[in-house]
Formats: sequence, structure tokens, C-alpha cells
Amino acid sequence: MENRETILSVRGLKKSFDKLEVLRGIDLDVKEGEKIAIIGPSGCGKSTFLRCLNCMEDPTGGSIIFDGVDIADTKVDINIHRENIGMVFQQFNLFNNKTIIENIMLAPVYVQLKKLKKSKAYNRRIKISNLFRKAEDKKQPAIITETKKSIIKNAREQAERLLKQIGLEDKANVYPSTLSGGQKQRIAIIRALAMNPKVMLFDEPTSALDPEMVGEVLNLIKAVADEGMTMLIVTHEMGFAREVATRVLFMEEGKIAEEGTPTELFDNPKNPRTVQFLKAVL
Amino acid sequence: MDFISKVFELFSTEKYMDMIFKGLGTTLSITVVATIIGLVLGVIVAFVSIAPKSKVMSVFKAICKVYVTIIRGTPMALQLFIMAYVVFAIRGFPKFLTASIAFGINSGAYVAENIRAGILSVDIGQTEAGRALGLPYKATMLKIVIPQAIKNVIPAIGNELIALIKETSIVSMIGMYDLTNASKIIGSGNNMASYIVPMTVVALFYLAIVYLLTFVIKIIEKKLRASDRR
Ligand SMILES: Nc1ncnc2c1ncn2[C@@H]1O[C@H](COP(=O)(O)OP(=O)(O)OP(=O)(O)O)[C@@H](O)[C@H]1O
Ligand SMILES: [Mg+2]
Repeated sequence: MENRETILSVRGLKKSFDKLEVLRGIDLDVKEGEKIAIIGPSGCGKSTFLRCLNCMEDPTGGSIIFDGVDIADTKVDINIHRENIGMVFQQFNLFNNKTIIENIMLAPVYVQLKKLKKSKAYNRRIKISNLFRKAEDKKQPAIITETKKSIIKNAREQAERLLKQIGLEDKANVYPSTLSGGQKQRIAIIRALAMNPKVMLFDEPTSALDPEMVGEVLNLIKAVADEGMTMLIVTHEMGFAREVATRVLFMEEGKIAEEGTPTELFDNPKNPRTVQFLKAVL
Repeated sequence: MDFISKVFELFSTEKYMDMIFKGLGTTLSITVVATIIGLVLGVIVAFVSIAPKSKVMSVFKAICKVYVTIIRGTPMALQLFIMAYVVFAIRGFPKFLTASIAFGINSGAYVAENIRAGILSVDIGQTEAGRALGLPYKATMLKIVIPQAIKNVIPAIGNELIALIKETSIVSMIGMYDLTNASKIIGSGNNMASYIVPMTVVALFYLAIVYLLTFVIKIIEKKLRASDRR
């Protein structure tokens, strides 16, 4: 794990809501392929931390280096980076006005159509400016292989493939309101995967589920983890954290109070607050 | 018996029917023009007031807030008077326009509140999911939030339209000849010599329009709901 690339680097991250200081300086390096479980008492800032990582909440201090850019800087175009950071919510948040397959296809199609439009506009500019250039100075236009049709077709095929992998291909054309909680959350996970993100953020992905549906969602997350996805998971499922995580963070009052491998943290916690917390939840 | 024969007389006298239809024309055209103004204003104001905060936006937001507060906090008749006797107190300025603008501006404030409420009633999680996938604010609104909000907004705007039609009856206060005023003028004429007959007839006209509108709104609502096949 040591020689892997760091893909997310958090330094001195702070977040306040008006006067309430929720995150009080968090440092964290996430390496490619790491699975980080975040645990801690209610209200300690776990969700806020996760939501700062894709700027759903704008940090009030510190930096988040992702893809070589400090995304905590409000001047960067966050949308481009969010394409590479998947997020799964406690409440699933499937688009109610879209069918399941539309839910999965929407963002990939949108983003790629936007890129297509951009390269077309670029080529138009090149074409015009080339008129005024000498033969040897003429610029090459961008090569465009995609069409609107092919983008949609590819997205549909990918969506169908993902649906098949989780055994919900027969749900492609129904609306979210007809699905169970477990099914909704699994769709939400593959909807995020359809963007081919570099990191996935999960905020208590099983907390809103009936107990009998927790297993199917955890199994899917485990499968995604086994494929090598880098992920950060806020969870209350200690058994799952122990099994899947490569590193566990214990957060308290807006700081990382202790971190280590699951064995270190669960079997041999050093911080008395960690001991206290684990005693209460295990 | 007398009442029925008078109703018959009213419907068979061309002069009376002309007066009623002329009034109806005024009522409907004010309503239509005011609705268009109201919808345009309402949409703009609603989107300004829910837009993400920024320095430039906060000025517009403040203007919109003042507008909605003033319009909703003062009587319609007073707003109409101000338009007729202050703002457009220009000789020869068409009263029809004065009234349409007054009602349009009034309606805009209510439409804005309906649209705003409709959009806010869509779960914030829908927006967050869109933004987290990398969709910009505008695309998230257009593809996800607004389609869901429309279902909540259409009935409210329909009710606003119905209220507007009835409210236009106060234009007689600035000397306009609308459906309500027609009933009074017919009733006060020597030949008819009855207020109850023309007023009942005009009431039936209003009822018919409102009923028709309610019906149309119901159909639109049903169509919208059918699109999400629950
Ligand atoms: N948008 C907000 N505005 C104001 N305060 C907020 C906001 N979001 C969170 N907070 C506050 O920040 C603190 C941390 O909240 P957060 O949701 O991050 O905790 P958490 O660790 O995820 O808790 P839980 O385990 O209950 O989900 C809480 O005190 C919460 O009330
Ligand atoms: Mg939380």
C-alpha cells in the first residue's frame, strides 16, 4: 500500500456553520485502493467531513488536493471534479421523475454531451482561425469519434451491464417509488459507479434500510471494494468496517482522534475516548 | 314567474346581450394579459429568490422580497388605484392596459410564491444527488427539480388564475366596463328595472368560467401525474 499513489490529500480542513465549529482541522492522505471507514459518535462531524470532500459543503479552511488541484478553493470548477468523486447518500436520493435506467444514464450522458459540444466548438474556432494561418502553421482539429447517438447508446449499454451485475435488469424501466430500500440503494451505488469515479464516498449507506436489506447493500459495497475502488465509508456497522476497511478513523468533536488498521483500532484502541465509544456500540 | 320572464327578456334582447358580452370581453382580456404578465414576473422572481447566494444576486433578491411583501401586504383595489391615478395618470392612457398591468404585477407576487414553494417542496436530496454526480446547478434544476416541482405548482397557479378572474371585477372602481359592471348598468336601466336578474345571469357566467377552468386544471394535473406512473 505504501508505494501507491495518494489520490486525496486533506490538510487542516475546517468547517463552521456560522459560529458552530464542526470540523476543527483534519489531515488525511488517501492512497489509491484504500478503504477507509469513519466511525464516531453522532454529531462529531462525520457527514460534514465527507460532504466537504466533494464540496457539497464548502470548507471554511484548509485544503483538499484531488487530481493535483485544491478543490477547497471556490474558484475551481467543482463540477469537473465531482464527476470523479462518487457519493452515496443515506436516503438513496434516486431521481423520482426518472426511470431506473434514466437515473443511471443521466449524468454520464450529460457530461459526455457537454464534452462533445466543447470539442465541436473548439474545432469550429480552429477552422476559422486556420483561414488566417499559413499552411505550415495550421492547427489540427480535435478528433471526434463520438456522436450524440453513440454516447447515448454506450451509456445505455453500460447501465444495462451494471443493472445485470446486481440482478436488477428487469427494473430498468420502472420508477424509483416502486423499489424496496435495498434495491434503491444498490441502484444509487451503480448510478455513482457509472461515472467511473476515482473515489467513492458513502455516508451511512445502510442506516435508512430495514434490517433484512442491509446485507444486500453491504455485499455490493464489498464487491465494489474488491474491484479496487478507493472508498471512504461513514458507518455504524462495525463488523463491516472490520471486514472491509484497510484503515479506520475514529472521529470526535471535529477531529480524527485515532486511526489505525481495523485490528489496531478495534482490538487495541489507545485513546480512552475510542475505548469508551467502542464499548458503547459493540 | 316575473323573474323567469325577465331572464328570458334579457337573453332575447340584443342590446343586453351585447352589453354582457362586451363586459365579458373586458374581464377575459384583462385576465389573459394579467396572467401572462404574472407568469413571466412570477417565474423570474421565484428563480431569483431561490438562486444560490452571491453578491450580485443578493441585490436582486432584496428587490424581489420587497416586491412580494408590498404586493401581498396591500389591498388589490389600492394597487389598482395607484396604477390608475398615480402611475398611469396620463390622459388617454388605455384603462385596459392600466388594469392588466396592475393585476399582472399583483398576480406575479402570488405566482412567485407558489413556484418558490413548489420548488422548495422538492426534497433537497434530489438536488444534492444531481450536484454530487457533477451536474451543474442549472442542469440539476432543469432536469430533476423543476419537473418534480411542476406537479406541485400547476394546481396552485390554476387557483391563482381563478382568483384573478373574480378579482378583476373591481375594475368598475376605475370606471371600466367589465362583466360585473355590465350587470349593474343593465339592472339600472329603465327597461329592465331589476338588479337581481342581470346579476344572477352574470353570476352564472362567472360560475361557468370558473367551472370550466377547474375542469381544465384537473385534466392537466391528471396528465402530469400519469407521467410518473406510480
Ligand atoms: N447545514 C448545517 N447547518 C448547521 N449546522 C449543521 C449543518 N450540518 C450539520 N450541522 C451540525 O454539525 C454537527 C455535525 O453534524 P454531522 O452531520 O456532520 O454529524 P455526524 O457525525 O454525521 O452525525 P450522525 O452520526 O448523527 O450522522 C452537528 O452538530 C450538526 O447539527
Ligand atoms: Mg451523519
